[in-house]
Amino acid sequence: MFDFILKGIFRDRSRFLFPIIIISAGVSLMVFFLSFMDGYIESMIRQNARFETGHVKIVTKAYNELISQKPYDLGFLDNQEELDVWKTEYPQFDWAERITFGAILDKADSLGNSLSQGQVMGFALDLIGGDLEIRNLRLKETMAKGRLPLAPGEILLSDRTFEAMQLQLGDSLMLLGSTADGSMAFAQVVIIGTVVFGYEALDRGGIIMDLEDARSFLDMPGGSAEVLGFLRSDSYNDKEIKKLTTAFNDKYSTEDEYSPLMLSLSDQNGLGYILWITDFTFLMMSLVFILILGIVLWNSGLMSGIRRYGEFGIRLAIGEEKKHIYRSLILESLCIGTIGSLIGLLLGFIFSYPLSIWGLDMSQYGKTSTMVFENVIRTKLSIGIFITSFIPGICASLLGTALAGTAIYKRQTSQLFKELEQ
Amino acid sequence: MEDKLVVISKMSKAFPTGEGDFLALKNINLSFAKGEFSGIVGPSGSGKTTMLNIIGSLDSQTEGEVKVMGYEIKELSSKQAADLRSRHLGFIFQTYNLLPVYTVYENVEFPLLLLSMSKEERHKAVMQALEWLGLTDKIKSRPAQLSGGQCQRVAIARAMVKQPGLVLADEPTANLDTENSLHILDMMKKLNQELGTSFIFSTHDQKVIDYLRRVIRLVDGEVVSDDTKAR
Ligand SMILES: Nc1ncnc2c1ncn2[C@@H]1O[C@H](COP(=O)(O)OP(=O)(O)O)[C@@H](O)[C@H]1O
Ligand SMILES: [Mg+2]
Repeated sequence: MFDFILKGIFRDRSRFLFPIIIISAGVSLMVFFLSFMDGYIESMIRQNARFETGHVKIVTKAYNELISQKPYDLGFLDNQEELDVWKTEYPQFDWAERITFGAILDKADSLGNSLSQGQVMGFALDLIGGDLEIRNLRLKETMAKGRLPLAPGEILLSDRTFEAMQLQLGDSLMLLGSTADGSMAFAQVVIIGTVVFGYEALDRGGIIMDLEDARSFLDMPGGSAEVLGFLRSDSYNDKEIKKLTTAFNDKYSTEDEYSPLMLSLSDQNGLGYILWITDFTFLMMSLVFILILGIVLWNSGLMSGIRRYGEFGIRLAIGEEKKHIYRSLILESLCIGTIGSLIGLLLGFIFSYPLSIWGLDMSQYGKTSTMVFENVIRTKLSIGIFITSFIPGICASLLGTALAGTAIYKRQTSQLFKELEQ
Repeated sequence: MEDKLVVISKMSKAFPTGEGDFLALKNINLSFAKGEFSGIVGPSGSGKTTMLNIIGSLDSQTEGEVKVMGYEIKELSSKQAADLRSRHLGFIFQTYNLLPVYTVYENVEFPLLLLSMSKEERHKAVMQALEWLGLTDKIKSRPAQLSGGQCQRVAIARAMVKQPGLVLADEPTANLDTENSLHILDMMKKLNQELGTSFIFSTHDQKVIDYLRRVIRLVDGEVVSDDTKAR
């Protein structure tokens, strides 16, 4: 019977052409859309990770209590030995230490009288040891004037503050703050470049300083506030990371409030919620997709069903039950749905693949470079996306036929049969 | 009673319409024996198709009894009715109603797919039926490539392939010219004689009437005469 049904479908173009076109169009759009969204979400995760959260972050328990205030005085004192242990234990990460602090930048004349002052937010990271953090903060892309710090004492300043304080590149300024244990801190710094962060809090007065400079300024030798871990593979899987952080915390976290605590990306900045919302949106989209396509196919199924009443009539006369005919229609739609969805996957792949390689450069559309946002959005193709598109394609086909097919039941057998006489 | 294929007593059929019920068949009392070659004859609208549909378990009567091969039509579940049709009844229609996407062979094979038969058994039965109707050279043709007479022969082959006890033929010659009509009537008569298959026609075609051994005249849903020709 099955090969009879298959033959029936493929010898009658009107039976398969429209549904297959609709399903494959829908599925390919779905692939494209989902891969675009996934790419966007992943870019967002990456942005957050680079700029703020890492894929994981290790802080002291005390620091974590007040983490939004960035209390560097509750950070790690010299923890280089522990860090070396973690580095060998978790080779899948690149590690970077950071300190965020508040300070005052003071421009004085030759006599030491203050000419202008600005409140600044210091962002201390490893600028000289390698380019990981330079890439993380997109410093090359967001530099406005000057160059990157190469020597101790050289800092970058927000371009806006730089203009407001009427500074010159190479100006030497005094940085005033407080050390980790609360005494007065001061350091001489040279403005070597400016940055447009693209992030209001930092454009209002951010400075970027090498980690070693900050350690000596804040008197925390070998210490840091946050230790960020960046996955080398760049594919963040929340479940796996959660397992990893739990294991880490079980092992290293103690009653001591200065013991380390590992946070996952989704533990921070409400990102867990965003990840959840994304999954939810995907699910909703699949359902809406099934519904819309199902309705379209329902209609087309009704149309082709009317054309086939004669066939149904004769099959009833030959001795099929309505149920049996209905099931054979469902089977037909399963075949059509499968083929349409496969074609859709292929088309979707063809549309999305180039964008996953070359991406869409948003800076062409007037978006300026910022530290947080990436300019190029890429689609991200994955097995998950193929499945999330394939299954709705089949479901829509089944739904459409299941609805259209009920027309058989609505007619009396002898009436269905009457169509024969016309 | 054993040789009675169909027994109809005090049967009537009403169709609900806008202004109350319409009585399409009124108080019918008829029976058909095995091996009959009989016809229900009457003008258009007299109730011939309605009668065949009820005998064929595609519809059911409003009142009275209709027994086909011992089964009371009204009491059959849809599965039982489908079973009765697939095992014991063959249908032939005015329009040939072949499935256009299938070949002649496949059209004739179709009824056998509902019965549990092996491919070999099916092949044998299909070839046999096509031979009876002189269609062996058209096996691979599609209905659209055939003439009206050929199509109707395929439809007869499809009705005969499972060798049913009873074939119901609703105006089978209405769309055929004289030559083709006589040809298929000859064939059906032959099958009736050789296989003992019973035929009930509905018709108002004189050519068919001439072939019938028994003529039941129907006017406005009522049987007005029932004549069996002497052999
Ligand atoms: N489903 C139906 N609903 C209402 N009236 C019907 C229905 N089927 C048949 N009729 C009526 O019953 C009468 C007999 O129809 P039918 O059996 O098709 O006649 P015939 O086959 O002799 O031309 C006609 O008047 C027809 O209009
Ligand atoms: Mg009729």
